[in-house]
Amino acid sequence: MALLQISEPAASPVPHERRLAVGIDLGTTNSLVATVRNGIPVVLPDDQGRPLLPSIVRYRDEARGVDVGYAAEALQARDPQNTIVSVKRFMGRGLADFTDDRRFPYRFIDEPGMVRLATRAGIKSPVEVSAEILRALSVRATLSLGGELAGVVVTVPAYFDDAQRQATKDAAKLAGLNVLRLLNEPTAAAIAYGLDNAAEGTYAVYDLGGGTFDISILTLSRGVFEVLATNGDSALGGDDFDHRVYCWMIETAGIAPHSAEDTRLLMLKAREAKENLTLHPNATIVATLSTGDRVDLTLTADTFTAITRTLVAKTLTPLKRALRDAQLTPFDIKGVVMVGGATRMPQIQKAVGEFFGQPPLTNLDPDQVVALGAAIQANVLAGNRSPGEDWLLLDVIPLSLGLETMGGLVEKVVPRNSTIPVARSQEFTTFKDGQTAMAIHVVQGEREKVPDCRSLARFELRGIPPMVAGAARIRVTFQVDADGLLAVSAREETSGIEAAVTVKPSYGLSDSDIAGMLQDSFTHAANDMVARALAEAQVEADMLVAATRAALTADNDLLSDEERAAIVKAMDAVVAAREGSDQRAISAGTKALNQVTGDFAARRMDRGVARALTGRRVDALT
Amino acid sequence: MIDFSLNYFELFGVPARYGVDVEVLERAYRALQNEVHPDRHAVGTDADRRLALQSSARVNEAYRALKHPVLRAQYLLSLRGIDAGDETDTALPFDFLERQLERREAVAEAAQVADERALAIMLDAVRGEARLREQELERLLDHESAWDEARQRVRELKFLTKLADDIDVAITATEA
Repeated sequence: MALLQISEPAASPVPHERRLAVGIDLGTTNSLVATVRNGIPVVLPDDQGRPLLPSIVRYRDEARGVDVGYAAEALQARDPQNTIVSVKRFMGRGLADFTDDRRFPYRFIDEPGMVRLATRAGIKSPVEVSAEILRALSVRATLSLGGELAGVVVTVPAYFDDAQRQATKDAAKLAGLNVLRLLNEPTAAAIAYGLDNAAEGTYAVYDLGGGTFDISILTLSRGVFEVLATNGDSALGGDDFDHRVYCWMIETAGIAPHSAEDTRLLMLKAREAKENLTLHPNATIVATLSTGDRVDLTLTADTFTAITRTLVAKTLTPLKRALRDAQLTPFDIKGVVMVGGATRMPQIQKAVGEFFGQPPLTNLDPDQVVALGAAIQANVLAGNRSPGEDWLLLDVIPLSLGLETMGGLVEKVVPRNSTIPVARSQEFTTFKDGQTAMAIHVVQGEREKVPDCRSLARFELRGIPPMVAGAARIRVTFQVDADGLLAVSAREETSGIEAAVTVKPSYGLSDSDIAGMLQDSFTHAANDMVARALAEAQVEADMLVAATRAALTADNDLLSDEERAAIVKAMDAVVAAREGSDQRAISAGTKALNQVTGDFAARRMDRGVARALTGRRVDALT
Repeated sequence: MIDFSLNYFELFGVPARYGVDVEVLERAYRALQNEVHPDRHAVGTDADRRLALQSSARVNEAYRALKHPVLRAQYLLSLRGIDAGDETDTALPFDFLERQLERREAVAEAAQVADERALAIMLDAVRGEARLREQELERLLDHESAWDEARQRVRELKFLTKLADDIDVAITATEA
C-alpha cells in the first residue's frame, strides 16, 4: 500500500536484507514503540527524546486534524470533550459495559458492538481514535529507522476478549500497519525479562496498567515460554486509583457538581498526587476550579492505601484463580515480574510481596518492558532471527469460548487457558422434525448462562436437508489463531450434503457494526476461502481509498490537475468494484490505484522527510 | 508440514501406551511446535501461514489428548475401535455412583455457605482418587490389555475429573 507504507528507495538503511520491525505497546495511559537495534531492544523516543507517547487524541477545532500525545495532553483540561484519554477502555465495548459512564466527560453514542464518541470532528469509534495513536507511533518509527516498516507486533492485555482483540487489530490495520502478531502484554514482558536474565523456572507476571489488569503464570524452560494460565480484569487499572483519589477530594473538600473541564483538572491532580505518594509520605493537592473555588488538600500515604484497599484486593482474586488453573501454589513461583506504571505504588508491591512471600522483581522499567518484549518478538517474526535465537512462545486464550444451547445455557467448546492456535469441533443436532435451519450464537466467558457471557457473533446455518429430529449432524468448529482471534464455521454433514458458514468479525466491511460481520455461504470449505479472500480484498480496498482521500486532503498541492484526475478516476473504479463481489476486480482496482499513486506517495515521503529534517535542524541549533 | 494421517502417538514418536514419559512427550511437542508454530511462518505466503495454523493447532490438540489422563485413555481405546467417550452411555457401578452423589451433595452444601476450606479438602480427596484410577488404567491398558475394564475405569476417572472441576468452580465462586 504505497500511500501508507511510504518507502524511499534511496534511503534504504541497511545493506543486507534486514526487515524493519517494531513492537508497539498500545497502552491505556501511554504508548510506546520499540525495535531491536544491533541485537538489543530499544524504545524509540520522539524528536525531543521522550520515550512515552501519552495515549491521548484531540480532535482540533481549527483546520481538520488531530493532536496526539503530549500536545493533546496539554489541552485536555481545556477541551475535555474532544480530547480522548484512556480510549483503550472503550475498545470492543458497548455503552452498557460502563456502569459509571458519567465519570467520563465524553458524549457517548450507543451503537451495537462498540460505543462511539461524538467529537467536533464527527462521530469517532474507539478503533479510529486508537488508529491515530498507532499512526503517530508508526511515523515516529518510520522516521527513526529510515524506512518502511515490514511489520509490527501490537500488544494487548492478556485478558482482552475476542471483541477487544479484534478492535485492536482493526485499529492497526486502519493505521496502515502490517500486524505480524497481537501479543499478550504479560507475555511480552516475560520475553524481555526472561531473555535479559536467562531465567528458567515458573514465573508470575503481575501487570497493572492504566486501565487493565493481567496476571500470567508461565514457565521458561530451554528457550520455550509456555503460558500456563492467565487471568485478570480488563477494566481495572491505575485510572481507578486516580478516580478513588478524585472521589476523596470531592468529598473531603466538599466540591459541588462541576464542569467536565474541572473534572479533568481534578483527575489530573489526583494522578499527580498518586504518583507523588510513590516516593513521599504525603502529597499536596492544590487546584483552582473554573468557579473560582480553591482546593487545598493533603493526602497521606496511609489514607491513600485505605481508600484503595479494595482495588488492591481486587487484583488478588484473579491471581488466585490463575494459580489454581495452573495447579500451582504461591510457593511454586520462582519470581514475580512487575509490569505497568501502576505497580510503582508501594501498597501494590507490598500486597504482591506478601502474597508470594518474596519481594517482586522490578529491575526492568515497568513502563517499557512490554514494548521491549514486543520488539524482540517482532524482530523474530519478521525473520531477523540470529543463530541461537530459537526461543518459542506458547500462549493461551484467557476466556472460554462456547455456544448457546437449549435453555440459554453455554456449552463450552474451547476452555480458557487452552494453548493457541487451537481448533476444536463439537457436534450438534436438530431438535425438531424437518428442521432446516439452526441458529448459532457464539459467546465468550466463564459463566453458565448466556446473558452472563459476552456475545461475540450470531449466525444461522440454513439449507439443512429435512430429516427427523436428531438425525442431522452439525459440526461446529472453533478456530483460534496465534493472535487469539476466533473464527467459527458450521457444517451439516449427512448424505453428502454440506453447508458451512464462517464468522469472522472484521473492520470496514460494514459501517454499521465493526465488531460483528458474518460471511454466509452454503458451499464447501474451499469456497469459504474465496469468501475470505473477497472480504480481505474489500478491507484492503476500503483502507486504500480512505488513505488516498486523506492524502489528497493533506497534500493536494503536490499534484497536477491531470495527476489528480487520474488518481480520482482510479479511486472511483475501486469504489465501484468494491460494491460488487468480484474479488479479482476489486484487487485489480486496488493494484491500479496503488500504481497511479506511487509517485504521489514518493513526493509525500520527500515532504515528510524534509519536514522531519527541518525539525531536527532547528532542534540541533537550539 | 506435518503428516495429518499419523495418529497422535506416531506424531510425537512415542510408544502408544498409557504410561507416557511426560518429559519425552514434552520435548517432542516443543520440537514439533518449533517447526510448525505460526510464529515460525509469520512472513510466509498465505497458504504457508494457513498450513502452519492448522499444523500447530493439530499438534496442540494431540499434546492435550496425550497429556490429559482421561483423554489419553479414551484415545488409546479409540485406536482399538472402542468408544469410551460416549455421553449417552452412563452405566457406572451403583456404589461408585452413590458415593459420588453423596460427595456432590457435600460440595453443594459447602458451596452454599462458601466454605472454601471444606471445598479444598474435598478437591484434594477427589484428585487423590483420580490418581488411583490412573494407576489402575496403566496396569489395565499397558500390561493386561483388559479393554472392557479399562473402559469402566476411564468413565469413573472422567466422572471424578468433572467433579474436581465443579469443586474448582465452586471454590472460585466463594471468592467472587
